[in-house]
Amino acid sequence: MDASLYAARRRRNTVAMAASFIATGIGLAWLALILGVLLWNGLSGLSLAVFTEMTPPPGSDGGLLNAIVGSLIMTVLGVAIGTPIGMLAGTYMAEYGRHDKLTSVVRFINDILLSAPSIVVGLFIYEVMVRPMGNFSGIAGAAALAVIVIPVVVRTTEDMLLLVPDTLREAAASIGLPRSRMITRIAYRAALSGIVTGVLLAVARISGETAPLLFTSLNNQFFSTDLNAPMASLPTVIFQFALSPYEDWQRLAWTGALIITFSVLALSILARTLAATRKTS
Amino acid sequence: MSAQDAADRARALGKLRLGDVIFRSVTRIAAIMVLALLGGVIVALVIGAMPALQAFGFSFLTTQSWNPVTEQFGALAPIYGTLVTSLIAMVIAVPFGLLIALFLTELCPKWLRRPIGVAVELLAGIPSIIYGIWGLFVLAPFLQVHVQPALISAFGSVPVLSSLFAGPPYGIGVLTAGLILAIIVLPFITSISRDVFEAVPPVLKEAAYGLGCSTWEVMRHVVLPYTRVGVIGGVMLGLGRALGETMAVTFVIGNAHRITASLLAPGTTISASIANEFTEAIGEVYTASLIALGLILFVITLIVLAAARYMLLRIERRIG
Repeated sequence: MDASLYAARRRRNTVAMAASFIATGIGLAWLALILGVLLWNGLSGLSLAVFTEMTPPPGSDGGLLNAIVGSLIMTVLGVAIGTPIGMLAGTYMAEYGRHDKLTSVVRFINDILLSAPSIVVGLFIYEVMVRPMGNFSGIAGAAALAVIVIPVVVRTTEDMLLLVPDTLREAAASIGLPRSRMITRIAYRAALSGIVTGVLLAVARISGETAPLLFTSLNNQFFSTDLNAPMASLPTVIFQFALSPYEDWQRLAWTGALIITFSVLALSILARTLAATRKTS
Repeated sequence: MSAQDAADRARALGKLRLGDVIFRSVTRIAAIMVLALLGGVIVALVIGAMPALQAFGFSFLTTQSWNPVTEQFGALAPIYGTLVTSLIAMVIAVPFGLLIALFLTELCPKWLRRPIGVAVELLAGIPSIIYGIWGLFVLAPFLQVHVQPALISAFGSVPVLSSLFAGPPYGIGVLTAGLILAIIVLPFITSISRDVFEAVPPVLKEAAYGLGCSTWEVMRHVVLPYTRVGVIGGVMLGLGRALGETMAVTFVIGNAHRITASLLAPGTTISASIANEFTEAIGEVYTASLIALGLILFVITLIVLAAARYMLLRIERRIG
């Protein structure tokens, strides 16, 4: 009887271990498959023209220049608006109000905003910017991206500042440095690489965001750097082209998808190595 | 001379103090802005949704019809689609995620842990539109040709399942959307489960192994009970993500405002309806109805995410 119980336990263990092994295999294979298909379809359409020509009308050749430029403009603006707000809020939470009620409430709300559906952000900016201004615009797109950047930066700034040893702060105070100087000259410097990592992750996050741009910056077939006019972006162009019936548009969509994926992966790897060098040093 | 020095000193100190006060209030205002952001989103959505809420009232939540011509709108079909696709995603992704986390914490050789862990985290960062385009061009045609006909013929004569797998194989539809969502949330569930599994004190596991437990028994009777709250928190975080996911679903759901028992039929979700129709919506009531959908989505995800955070906080406190 003992022997049969033992055998049953062993069998159950083998089954569970095999299941875990197989699940990992399937998970990794599936994800490798997605990247493989992306590479296969994206590379075949990749050429210099993609970076030098405008999005074409169906049936003719073209590139993604206006979309790439639009994406860059809105991403840079979004980060430029979102980062200072996020950093200052994170600074308050880590430096001034470490044990405040306000800090714990902000931390909770911020964590929720961090994973709130991005399409709702698009609706929000539509209500507060697009509707009053009367038209879709690049600046509204940038504002929507900024709303997504803020929680990411708040979170990393607070975490990184909390890692700065308090002895450093006390040393600064002991030589008579005012608190604001201590923060900007000492704490920020000590936490710099961590904060930069957070900003890079935020850039990676927004460079593929589509939903918040659909009804803020809309899309634009032509090259435009006018912030008060609709602006093209890579994700919205991919959305439009992939769902179209035209084969050359679909090919461009795959190429755009490849460009986005590689930028996002490069940014995340860069952020990770930065964080890793910080830990070892 | 010394009076002059003292005055200079006082002025310099005053300047510094003023700088301090200003910096402190600026950071405080920024922190309050984060709170205001959440409040602002809710207020803006309520104001935007007002015309629809006034026109339909509570019946907006219980009506299935969605007719832009007669301006009759109800949220039931998108809500149903959102819940069903997320449910499919969780049914697939939770066991897979837990098993992969088990592999990473207990079975995987040390040198392989970091590469797989990093790969999982990188995949969590890939934008959902990439999964969407893959689903549309690769997964949907594959399901249409190879999987769905087999499902239909296999379950065609089984009482309940036959209605779940009824109708022609379109490729796109509720099931495809659920599968794509499962792939998207899998990295989230895996990495959070792995983190909470790793936080189990080794002494507990060693004690169980010492009693002669198998790896599975340690997992089932020591690790899972200890990390239950954290795992549920991670699952809810994944659920929040699945509920609000937009682009990937929009590509493969088919955008049909109706409720059918069949998982193979096209349907719609809240986020897909908004993404598909918002820029084409004509008339105040139509736009407002879509914003009302957004409000419902926001409220649902807020509740799920708040519960998830609360549970993760609880396990953090217990471990920390």
